[in-house]
Amino acid sequence: MSTTLRINGITHQVDLPDDVPLLWVLRDEVGLTGTKFGCGVAACGACTVHIDGEAVRSCQVALSDVWGDVTTIEGIGTPDTMAAVQQAWVANQVAQCGYCQSGQIMQAASLLAENPSPSDAEIDEAMQGNLCRCGTYPRIRAAIHDAAKMMKEA
Amino acid sequence: MASIRKIARRSFLIGSAAIVGGVAFGTYKYHQPAPNPLEEKDGRAVLNPFVFVDQSGVTLIAPRAEMGQGVKSSWASLIAEELDVDPAKVTVLHGPAAKAYYNSAMMSEALPGRGYDASDFQHSLGEIVGHMSKFLDLQVTGGSSSMRDGFDRMRQAGASARETLKQAAADQLGVSRDQLKTEDGHVVAPNGTRLSYSTLAAAAAMIEPVETGLRPASSWRLIGKDVPRIDMVAKSTGTAEFGVDVRLPGMKFAAIKQSPNFGVGKTGFDASAAEGMAGVEKILDLGDAVAVVATNTWLAQQAVDAIDVTWDPAPYPETTDAIFDEIARSFGNAPNSTMRDEGDVDTLPEGATVIEAEYRLPYLAHATMEPMNATALYTGDGLQIWAPNQGPTVVQKNAAALAGLEKDAVEVNTTYLGGGFGRRIETDYTDRAVQIALQMPGTPVQLTWSREEDMSHDFYRPGAIARYRAAVKDGKAVMVHGKVAAQSTTVEGAGRMLGLPMTGPDKGHVDAAFNQPLAIPNFRVEGYLAKPMIPVGFWRSVGASFNGFFSDCIIDEMAHAAGRDPLEFRLELARPEWEPAAKVLETVRDMSGWTGKTADGIGRGVALAYSFGTPVAQVIEVADQDGQIRMTNAWIAADLGRVIDPQNTRAQMFGGMVYGLSAACFGEITFQGGAVEQQNFPDYDALRMHTMPKVEVALLENQPHMGGAGEPGTPPAAPALANAIFDLTGRRARQLPLMHDFDLFI
Repeated sequence: MSTTLRINGITHQVDLPDDVPLLWVLRDEVGLTGTKFGCGVAACGACTVHIDGEAVRSCQVALSDVWGDVTTIEGIGTPDTMAAVQQAWVANQVAQCGYCQSGQIMQAASLLAENPSPSDAEIDEAMQGNLCRCGTYPRIRAAIHDAAKMMKEA
Repeated sequence: MASIRKIARRSFLIGSAAIVGGVAFGTYKYHQPAPNPLEEKDGRAVLNPFVFVDQSGVTLIAPRAEMGQGVKSSWASLIAEELDVDPAKVTVLHGPAAKAYYNSAMMSEALPGRGYDASDFQHSLGEIVGHMSKFLDLQVTGGSSSMRDGFDRMRQAGASARETLKQAAADQLGVSRDQLKTEDGHVVAPNGTRLSYSTLAAAAAMIEPVETGLRPASSWRLIGKDVPRIDMVAKSTGTAEFGVDVRLPGMKFAAIKQSPNFGVGKTGFDASAAEGMAGVEKILDLGDAVAVVATNTWLAQQAVDAIDVTWDPAPYPETTDAIFDEIARSFGNAPNSTMRDEGDVDTLPEGATVIEAEYRLPYLAHATMEPMNATALYTGDGLQIWAPNQGPTVVQKNAAALAGLEKDAVEVNTTYLGGGFGRRIETDYTDRAVQIALQMPGTPVQLTWSREEDMSHDFYRPGAIARYRAAVKDGKAVMVHGKVAAQSTTVEGAGRMLGLPMTGPDKGHVDAAFNQPLAIPNFRVEGYLAKPMIPVGFWRSVGASFNGFFSDCIIDEMAHAAGRDPLEFRLELARPEWEPAAKVLETVRDMSGWTGKTADGIGRGVALAYSFGTPVAQVIEVADQDGQIRMTNAWIAADLGRVIDPQNTRAQMFGGMVYGLSAACFGEITFQGGAVEQQNFPDYDALRMHTMPKVEVALLENQPHMGGAGEPGTPPAAPALANAIFDLTGRRARQLPLMHDFDLFI
């Protein structure tokens, strides 16, 4: 069965069963490996992408339920043209192992789109579903504040 | 990469070697602090390839697992410091599995002695023992050892390469080498002529490498500074390649179901339900596991879940209680070690107050963010493996044995690791990928474990029991007698890694118990080894992960029994034993504004632990928030002797603490019917953004030797928190995780 998806502005025809989670469509079919598998049960946030700008756990969205345009970490910026939030991540040297960071960045980007200057409490609220086993949280917090400033000045 | 592989496989390089269009420098004739029996026996100088220059520029080899600690950058900085290149402008590769990339520092931890009291002579002896890793083919990242291992060797690699390039330029320009300078990848002549290293590469390959001394610390541009990490952009844009991101033409995806009971097989299985499922290409019987190869990882997982397997029963006690009964039974055996035995712990002075405590800590999973995975391609006469691993030569050796190939026929490609913490020093996940690939010749297969498979098939931090008897009198520590029982990570984990039986006193088992820098007149620590039951392995800080808790909590109990301020009490014990340990305590005291008094609704705890060469003190503050306990602030002071990259080191100290605190609050692996009960993050949670304390880290450089960074932050975390909770609630936590006995803010 063929399903049409719009991912990072490009249309893809995907030939997979309806119940395959978006995560595995992205990773194993479309070849967008920036979105990570961590738990499969929406408990870690590593697979976070945007659907119509809203942060969702792609391990929980079946292919047939994808309701809008999908944006992944590859879609918000590239190494040569990083988004403000990615620039802030680099400036704050956030990543350690880096495995959770795609999901952290996508969650943060969604927060900043809704709330251009989040408080610490609002960051806590938005980011608590994203697990990091390395303990990069202090720098994630700092990077979100920095990205908020950069986006305001832009 | 082909040329690099070929050179590294030769293991021993004498001089430099021409590669296609360039030069590979054999760079290191190893340091001889004392006459070296190993080298004499071997009869040759050991020169390792770490620097390559060709037309496209400079490539540095950082053959250590980048699992978040920044080693790729720090290792490259050590070479770049002497080579005069900008780490941001060169290529840094992990390189292949090779004997030449052995770890010289990790094995030195195995020497007897407390570590902190090591003389220069013992330190040199440690280096020599460390070089034995070469003969064991130990290219391994672990033991908080990378910077200690690479600090001299890699600077010498850079220095020798630089001087050889200068010699090539000198020959070309007709000037003497000492008239030349180097700068940003160029040799600069007195008249300003600049020759790039690339243009000198072919000539440099023809001349004998030049040995030279190392630059003084005062001239360093990179070491001791915050250097931007070279993996940061990739990790912020989803372009860093982890093990699960490897994509090869024609690649298939596999999922696995392994026996929930460790070490046994199955009586039968029915895969009929899986056979017709979407995407399924092959169902494989692996003896003690079944696997499905499909067109998509999720489809493979669905199919493997549909296979009905009857597993053999567990050959060990089947419940947590029964397993801990067995651990406790080992106290009845003769101790495996008595590595500290000072004074007399049996005769107490008149009027001493005795404290007796039994502590009990659970088995723990590593729970790396990236689940276990590996990709393998079997071609009939060779095997290629792509894996996020901490021990390429061990992966190679075990894969070769499984495939019936020579080691040279197995190529190991090490990707970024989505967390390691000691889990990826094992090779079970690469072995599984190899088992599958062997049945699919010509097809690359990527095996990814589900989170459930990962959590229930780990090599766990052993569950441990400690029985302490201690005494105080007149406000002073009089006696500590500790007994620690657990399965042995050395016997089981190191035995697995080295392929050798491990006998004799197990130092790792009592690390951070016997060797704490505390002057206690009557002080005895005994280690007891429980028999193998659950697979156990290296979990960030290993034995110190439980002993740090035991040996600091008893000190806290003693301080309170003596009516003393817990920080001052520790300081008084540390100062006469080892000044750097006293200094880290003083530093957290000053940073935290420790007064020994806390307001109502606030608790503070301190802990000190020495492990992997580094003393670390932590103060943790908790607050009562609507009846729940919330961590609010933390202060860390660590003395590493020499800090290579302060920013990375602070991140390791904080990360190590968070790893310890996560386990202290929520971590436990329990057993029912022989199988692990926890399956996924909801059963095995960790600190998150909103539960993490604010933290300040101070890095000191008082001690004479370099200490490790990756692990020493973990051992003091749990006791500092438990001691803070005691200060807040008046209740002692003698078991973890805390979530069972305390209402934690989550």
